[in-house]
Amino acid sequence: MNAPFHSPSPQAPATAVPALDIRHVSKAFVVDGKAVEVLADISLSVEAGSFVSIVGASGCGKSTLLRLILGLDLDYAGEIHLDGRPVEGPGPERSIVFQEHRLLPWLTVEGNVGAALLHSGLDAAARRRSVAEHLELVGLEAFAKAYPAQLSGGMAQRVAIARALANRPRFLLLDEPLGALDALTRLRLQGELKRIVAYEGATAVLVTHDVDEAVFLGHRIVVLHPRPGRIAAVLEVPEEARADRSSPAFVALRDRVLELLGVSLGEGRAR
Amino acid sequence: MSIDAAAATTLPAEARAGTALRSVTRRIDWRPWTAFAALLALWFAAHHFGWVPAKYLPSPLAVVQRLIREVTAGTLLDDLHETLRRNLSGLVIGVAAGLALGALLGASSLVGRIVGPTVLAQRQTALFAWVPLLAMWFGGGDTGKITFIAVAAFQPVVIGTWRGISLVPATYRELSHVLLLSRWNYMRLVALPHALPMIFTGLHGALIYAWLATVGSELFLNISPGLGGRLNEGSQLFEIDLLFLVILLFGLIGLGFNTLAERAEGLLIRWNNR
Repeated sequence: MNAPFHSPSPQAPATAVPALDIRHVSKAFVVDGKAVEVLADISLSVEAGSFVSIVGASGCGKSTLLRLILGLDLDYAGEIHLDGRPVEGPGPERSIVFQEHRLLPWLTVEGNVGAALLHSGLDAAARRRSVAEHLELVGLEAFAKAYPAQLSGGMAQRVAIARALANRPRFLLLDEPLGALDALTRLRLQGELKRIVAYEGATAVLVTHDVDEAVFLGHRIVVLHPRPGRIAAVLEVPEEARADRSSPAFVALRDRVLELLGVSLGEGRAR
Repeated sequence: MSIDAAAATTLPAEARAGTALRSVTRRIDWRPWTAFAALLALWFAAHHFGWVPAKYLPSPLAVVQRLIREVTAGTLLDDLHETLRRNLSGLVIGVAAGLALGALLGASSLVGRIVGPTVLAQRQTALFAWVPLLAMWFGGGDTGKITFIAVAAFQPVVIGTWRGISLVPATYRELSHVLLLSRWNYMRLVALPHALPMIFTGLHGALIYAWLATVGSELFLNISPGLGGRLNEGSQLFEIDLLFLVILLFGLIGLGFNTLAERAEGLLIRWNNR
């Protein structure tokens, strides 16, 4: 829609410049004096407002990639740009939901969500309003005064999601956010996450090893191969697959991803 | 338990009183008191049968009489007041300094690396090694005594605060980066609450060390009003009943401080586990 090569501004990001642009990123850790490569030549662009799922076996560097996007680790080769600007550290336009809720046990639910707004420049009343609004968004407005230890795993993770969204970030990074939950809670929260991210209009990057989750949530799926982590395929998710978990498109895409991950489907079918 | 309760309602009154008494005695733990009672019995026996000359071992009754005499004359309460004033002054100064330096050490890794080893080395010096030096610097009067007590209280608090703040898990530190918490908010919301149990352990230690130092300073520095002064008086005038009385008082107050700290710690842990 916008003219190509239009210079991007944070208010109206031009669609021509990808919101998130990862170019030839490689990353190595030094273990016992030897360099171990965890990410090899990763290139990926994500348009504003789209949802990308990254799937791969454990050890493929998925979480490391998110840490690089967050700006927690600047020691890598290649470039990561947000709206055309290089990442130089953590920033208010990015937030993350970790696999563990990582709530501070001595703060109440609203205290935990409010901690994300201390740097926002909002006054106390506006901060309170944003906290209340986001707790309502995750359906926990009644638990504002509760402490994390009084919540179930799923509720705690919803608070973590509210905390990540409270500052209205344009980039939401999700590091296996539902990985520690039981299957039923996970299914329910997948639906909620999809609704919430669409409502906030955030650009989301989800890291997961749950292929169903990747297909259900993502507009695109990036399949990583491990040791070192590298992109094996990037697949578009058809709208009908995202809309219905039992549609043929969903099943076909899921099987294709599993195949790319080297999972033999024969055994499952024989059973 | 429900069977007991049902039986109690059908039993005659005196039997019920019996079970009530038994349940009270069951609630009080008698075990720690047996050693104490045995010691007391031994003391009575040693005095009564003349195992130890009365010159070296007063009768328990003589100690009680001495207590009554001291209390009615008002002398003992004055001494107690002096000793506690010294103890609390030193404690407050030492704890405040320990908290401040500990927070600084924990908050700045540079300060931790520069000052930390010295603090650890200071911890290794036996507490009483400081007495002669502090006496030269601050004199043997109240200033010297309170300084010594403050040094004693300082040590465990500075270590506890420093460790508590610097040992915040990497996951919380990462979270604080992502949330862009300022240094002040990090201390207030993450580091201090995390350090609280360790700070409290330090405070508990400070209470005990400060009490030891109070006794020591009153014994080894200038004689002045206070329980330690009475102890010196007792040994010089050979008033064995006074010696026993003061030692018992020191023990009881120390025990009181310790119980107080344990109760407070219990409350804190319950608060922490909400």
